[in-house]
Amino acid sequence: MHYGAERIGVTVLPTSVGNTERQIDLMQDLGATAIACTPSYLLHIGEVAEKMGVNIQKDTKLRTGILGAEPWTEGMRARMEEWLGIKAFDIYGTSELSGPMFTECSEQKGVHIWSDLALVEVIDPNSGEPLEPGERGELTITILQKEALSMIRYRIGDISVLDDEVCACGRTHPRIQRIQGRVDDMLIIRGINVFPSQIEYALMAIPDVGQHFQIVVDRKGALDDLLVRFELNKEAFSNKINDLMLIRQNVEHRLRISLNVNVDVELLEPGSLPRFEGKSKKVIDRRAL
Amino acid sequence: METGKHVMRQISIFSENRPGRLAAIAHALGEEKINILAFSIAEANGFGVVRVLVDQPEKAHEKLLSLGFNTAFTDVIAVKMKDQPGGLYDVAKILGDSGVNIEYSYAYSGKEGAVLILRVDHVDDAIKRIKSSGAALLERSVFH
Ligand SMILES: [Zn+2]
Repeated sequence: MHYGAERIGVTVLPTSVGNTERQIDLMQDLGATAIACTPSYLLHIGEVAEKMGVNIQKDTKLRTGILGAEPWTEGMRARMEEWLGIKAFDIYGTSELSGPMFTECSEQKGVHIWSDLALVEVIDPNSGEPLEPGERGELTITILQKEALSMIRYRIGDISVLDDEVCACGRTHPRIQRIQGRVDDMLIIRGINVFPSQIEYALMAIPDVGQHFQIVVDRKGALDDLLVRFELNKEAFSNKINDLMLIRQNVEHRLRISLNVNVDVELLEPGSLPRFEGKSKKVIDRRAL
Repeated sequence: METGKHVMRQISIFSENRPGRLAAIAHALGEEKINILAFSIAEANGFGVVRVLVDQPEKAHEKLLSLGFNTAFTDVIAVKMKDQPGGLYDVAKILGDSGVNIEYSYAYSGKEGAVLILRVDHVDDAIKRIKSSGAALLERSVFH
């Protein structure tokens, strides 16, 4: 990605993660217009900037975020775009394929797979059989132009849906929809499959919920117990206990509807959950023996 | 009747129900040399709302916000009570007779005597009713 950007004439600052204050200083000093990182790290940058008194929208030239390496949702995109005043694009790849390779176009309607470079198929993770476009399953990739280390129907483990319709941008390269999780991320709660991304999707549609949440799975007796802890949005607070209890009920209700399992929720103060600079760790599974 | 001078600015703070949260709030206010005149904690399953009356509400609000607390201003009124047996009854009776609906209340007894802090639905209306029923309301200037 670094060399690709340089090839098209972009000045690249390989700052990696960490020392976030300094990164924000650099962004201001050098007038950075785009950033590539994980969605969680961009959230972290936004929060650190607020603490420093820096308004990303007004005090920096940032207008593009290229975000990937962990699953994120449309709700999170809408929030980040509004909050930071940027356009946020999804990027996809895995370390086995030399990192990020595919990204969204200006339509922001799924990641284009350059079909002269790679063949992506969606399979049923249990049977290994290919699925139809539009069906959800595990991605496999065949790299068409790699010679030394060939990869044929390599199972990445990510769950998505393939869309082979022509994109509104005019490109005919197929698109994969948002990565909905990994085959090995899937939680089985009382026999029902639950992806952390479904929980994020439901939470991000509720304005009272802040950006950060945590999923805790435990076993109480013979039953799996799903607890979702979320930070209250800074603006969501009224002084009435009743309003807060309604928020909790509403979140429980919405999660139950979208996941089909009962969920306990816990309201947290803003800033109380751990922040991550790389890939975030949102799931704590205490069921392990 | 001028009612504005009787409206106090209470600060309400959302707090998780875990050890040290009240200490964190109290420490922040102490650091800014803000004096707490009265406070109460309302608890629900797993979280609570801390309500404080302080001498410098703006400064307290700003400080708590900067520490990331969810805080909001709430208008409350303060009714004077006699600091003696039956004092609360006198006031409670007046409130009942005047038809003022109370959302919540808490009390303290200090230098200026005993005081009942009230959060009511319609502040201006409540002030008028309480005064015309014969109870005394503290003025904002007593606190801040
Ligand atoms: Zn396109």
